[in-house]
Amino acid sequence: MNAPFYQFGLFGNDTALLFAVIIGIGFGFFLEQAGFGSSVKLAQQFYFTDLTVFKVMFTAIVTAMQGLFWLSWFGVLDLSLVHVLPTFLVPQLVGGLVFGVGFVLGGYCPGTCCVASVTGKMDGWIHLLGMFAGIFLFGELFPLIGDWYSSTPKGEITLSQVFNLSHGTMVLLIVLAALAGFYSAEKLETRFRSIK
Amino acid sequence: MQTPKPYMNPYLAGIGLGLVLLAAFVVMGRGLGASGALSSFVTLGVNAVAPAHAQTNAFYKEYLGTPNGNPLNDWLVYEIAGVLIGGLISGLIAGRVRRTVDKGARITVSTRMIYAFGGGILMGLGSKIARGCTSGQALTGGALLSVGSWVFMIAVFASAYAVAYFFRKQWT
Repeated sequence: MNAPFYQFGLFGNDTALLFAVIIGIGFGFFLEQAGFGSSVKLAQQFYFTDLTVFKVMFTAIVTAMQGLFWLSWFGVLDLSLVHVLPTFLVPQLVGGLVFGVGFVLGGYCPGTCCVASVTGKMDGWIHLLGMFAGIFLFGELFPLIGDWYSSTPKGEITLSQVFNLSHGTMVLLIVLAALAGFYSAEKLETRFRSIK
Repeated sequence: MQTPKPYMNPYLAGIGLGLVLLAAFVVMGRGLGASGALSSFVTLGVNAVAPAHAQTNAFYKEYLGTPNGNPLNDWLVYEIAGVLIGGLISGLIAGRVRRTVDKGARITVSTRMIYAFGGGILMGLGSKIARGCTSGQALTGGALLSVGSWVFMIAVFASAYAVAYFFRKQWT
């Protein structure tokens, strides 16, 4: 078996779009099941009263990360054919800082906002409109900030390369950090819910 | 009106989400995304109103698509259509589909809407500056151990916690 299937030409573009819908359905389903269609639930993350965002995000990352590692270890998946987004250090740091303020203010992120909207949250629709406006603003500013947008390029660099560790060791460290994080999250939730 | 079912256990939902992400890697060799699809819609709009403007701007040009130039003929646009379907299915099963405004008890609906719109603008800007959002950078790049994605993720949480105090009335 050779994965990624699309990269090995097992199917064409039309089938790829069908898979896009199927994968999207799974994505939207679990986002809604986790409670991410509610801005109030999402925002509790930043007040320590409900750390579901952290738990779901890191469980998902750790699951997919280990899946990639083991499938590649057993020779099923060619990791070099999985597209890693290149790093642009300063723009990604600044973008993250702007995004974080938007998260607290708006209560949703782009994916969860779609799930909120489709389940009837009016603030989700308004948030979606705001995002269209923000992207339009970025597009109009692009001729001015395009150079900065492409500054500090570091290529397709990974944490394993930065810390000079093997892929497996890096994966293990992140799993251990996540487990410690989950333990702390449960403790924090109990404490902050009791003082509320 | 039926009482909504409780949410799924967060670790179980996380495993489900992780397996969906893994499926995207295995089937397509790429991860998930959300803000990219929204950019396609914005580009569609700009191209409809001012095609010359869209075609000379390097940002819109990237989303115009080839060869027939339809921005909606894009993997992420189909994926986000799936997200809407999947979210609706889950909401219907759990009895959570209803017209409402989600907010804390201490603010008015119009304040919540202004915040939602303002937050949306910042989020649109931020996700474009960072080349992706919680889906494309944090989840996808996070699992691939991409340095920029982890920097983005840490920056999101850092700035959100830094400003959370000032907006506490909205949520608590």
